[in-house]
Amino acid sequence: MATNTQTEVVMPQMGVSVAEGTITKWLKAEGDPIAQDEALLEISTDKVDTEVPSPGAGVVAQIVVQEGETVDVGTVLAVIAPAGSEAGSEVGGADVGTVTQEEMPPPPATQAAADEAMAAASEGVGDVSQAAEPAQQAPAAPAETPPAPAAAPAGGGDNGRTFLSPVVARIASEHGVDVSQVQGTGTGGRVTKKDILAFVESGASTRATPPPAEEATPQQVSATPPAAPSEVATPVAPQPPPPAVPQAPAQAASTPQAAPRPQPQAVAGEPAQGEAVEPMTAMRRGIAEHMRRSLDTSAHVTSAIEVDMSKVVAIRGKLKQEYGTAYGVNPTYLSFVARATVETLRDFPWINGEIRGDKIVTRNYVNLGFAVELADGKGLIVPVVKNTEGLNLLGMARAVTEIAARARDKKLTPDDVQGGTFTITNPGGYGTFHGTPVISQPQAGILGTYAVVKRPWVVQDELGQDVIAVRPIMNLTLTYDHRLVDGALAGRFLRDLRKRLESWGESDY
Amino acid sequence: MAEMTYLQAISDGLRTEMRRDERVFVIGEDVGVYGGAFKVTLGFQEEFGPWRVIDSPLAETAIVGACTGAAMMGMRPVAEMQFADFVSCAWDHLVTVAAKQRFRAGTPVPIVVRLPSGGGFSGGPFHSQNPESSFAHIPGLKCVCPATPEDAKGLLITAIQDPNPVLFFEHKHLYRRIKSEVPEERYTIPFGKARTHLEGDDVSVITWGAMVYTAGEAAKKLDEDGVSVEIIDLRTVMPWDREAVLASARKTSKVLVLHEDTRTGGFGAEIAATIAEEAFEDLDGPVKRIAAPDCPVPFSPVLEKAFIPQVDDVVAGLRELAAY
Repeated sequence: MATNTQTEVVMPQMGVSVAEGTITKWLKAEGDPIAQDEALLEISTDKVDTEVPSPGAGVVAQIVVQEGETVDVGTVLAVIAPAGSEAGSEVGGADVGTVTQEEMPPPPATQAAADEAMAAASEGVGDVSQAAEPAQQAPAAPAETPPAPAAAPAGGGDNGRTFLSPVVARIASEHGVDVSQVQGTGTGGRVTKKDILAFVESGASTRATPPPAEEATPQQVSATPPAAPSEVATPVAPQPPPPAVPQAPAQAASTPQAAPRPQPQAVAGEPAQGEAVEPMTAMRRGIAEHMRRSLDTSAHVTSAIEVDMSKVVAIRGKLKQEYGTAYGVNPTYLSFVARATVETLRDFPWINGEIRGDKIVTRNYVNLGFAVELADGKGLIVPVVKNTEGLNLLGMARAVTEIAARARDKKLTPDDVQGGTFTITNPGGYGTFHGTPVISQPQAGILGTYAVVKRPWVVQDELGQDVIAVRPIMNLTLTYDHRLVDGALAGRFLRDLRKRLESWGESDY
Repeated sequence: MAEMTYLQAISDGLRTEMRRDERVFVIGEDVGVYGGAFKVTLGFQEEFGPWRVIDSPLAETAIVGACTGAAMMGMRPVAEMQFADFVSCAWDHLVTVAAKQRFRAGTPVPIVVRLPSGGGFSGGPFHSQNPESSFAHIPGLKCVCPATPEDAKGLLITAIQDPNPVLFFEHKHLYRRIKSEVPEERYTIPFGKARTHLEGDDVSVITWGAMVYTAGEAAKKLDEDGVSVEIIDLRTVMPWDREAVLASARKTSKVLVLHEDTRTGGFGAEIAATIAEEAFEDLDGPVKRIAAPDCPVPFSPVLEKAFIPQVDDVVAGLRELAAY
């Protein structure tokens, strides 16, 4: 604050919201003696007019702001020098402005620089005159000169300094870097993100493949291809990042115990002529994993049934207009099937259940999943409509439309795709009449719905005679986990479901 | 564009909405004849009349209760707490009624409560607090903490047209200190979108309100060290812009969360926890918090300075992180 014993007089804060003040009158002139707390000037703010007492005793060395001027709170107005000193001494400049701590010497920088200079001097570089100079460059370029704890990274010492931050560990894993080769500039010689990025950019990571010439563990193969003398080794200079297999990162470098990974999945080599290669999206990987796991888990069996949809077609024809006008909702065949399925599942709790450990779990609700193809045709997602047992036909139609739209627009929340108890998939839109879908784990069944097709159908006329009529027929399949659901149960489920659809009445919702 | 102080920008936003929408009215202690303790509503009663600029009794419960009722009947009330600190009297109405009404009954409660908050002028323990984290914790309430005049106006207009209860924390320290160009026409600034106050590469500061400027001063000093600091001004604490915060955390890998509110349970804790959860593998150092210590705001100027995070505190924190 006060250099020597000079005291600065600043525009005081005269109230909560006051930011500036105007000098109305100086009560002393430059050179006048003044006692502590004696009135020095008068100011006016938008709240009060007041005198400002002198914060120190001595003489008014300098008046910085003249009468009539308005300045911000904290601005230096005058300087009081100790008695006996000359008037007109220097202040830092009129715009020193706000806060006094800015005047403090910049200690950390200087200190660091001094230390640096000392270190340099010990190597016989510096003389005294240079000690001042590095003040500027030292803090600016810490990355270039390995700082004092040079012993740190030597030989991969395994003490506290080898701590890897998450991001460093990740980068090391992605680029197959042996972190002990990287010069650390962080606290205690820690390797920082910048250090390792610079190391990777310098290309050192590829050259410095460490000597542990033992046969490379699988993850090393994928991380640093050149180490493996494989005939498909790519000669390209910059290493393409590995196929993002997140590995426990620190291990690659430090612990050579080969964690046996399942199948290293044939090294992704260059495509042969005529082939094209594209990366697998996270969704595709998820689908791949799930489908495989489902087939490995459940004993898949599929049963099919044919349903005469005449009544549904007729009722839908009527409702379409009504729902469309009143609610803006299209009562699709799928919503009829979904509605009938939920009703039927009430009587077949195991088909709406799951095997959990050695227990069978059933529910008093149905969270219905709907398999939805994404717009680009490159993915599939199964959003779930919760508590469908509480939905009538209109509610079901609305829910299905809404969730499918959100799925296509990629606006689903994590909650939207969890908690399903049974799933419906509807590949019938393309005219297919049969399929064997894969169960969405850990559920016990999945219903497939297929195209409604006009077929010649044997029905009985009013005399009880068999006649051939043209009827809209839809195939339904139930794929079930035979560990839990037996064929007879599945058959009864399909029979009841068909009965509901074939006898759909005007007043059924 | 016109140059306005932070305070003038708030007035301007409020006046704009009152002129545009007859449902908007102001209620609070001394907001009418006196023009408000800080003069935000100076001249409002003359322009809009005593029925739209209502001097209330000294009863925050009554103010917020009246607003809640009026909002449910279709009005757009803007309440002023003379100081943010006094809102604790209205806690029950805000938290039990206003915040939950929409969820209980589907009725929107479009009220705005203006809260002059923050310290730095020896206001003492009853006139200096930053209670945003208490309310950010209540589902159903939104919390806005603008740092610039332009944001103050745009966010206030957004707050008034929002169908939910919004707490608008305006920092007293910025009222007349901060001036900048503000569009004269009506505009809105969306909730939940942070503003990059300063772009940088080495360390991120996540902050809001008056601390944006403290961080800005500190960043200048770090710049002299050759450290480039990024400052993210959240603008709204609830909802808050996770994406912007996480993007900055991923970019710099070192994060300092700075706020003027006290440390324990302050909103910085939520931010730090989210970064740890969502950006763990991108971190190159511990997520650091700088906040006021866990005690009431002291009156003594010396103690208050020690209490509120100062530029030097932030500089020290940033240097530590940069060197980590």
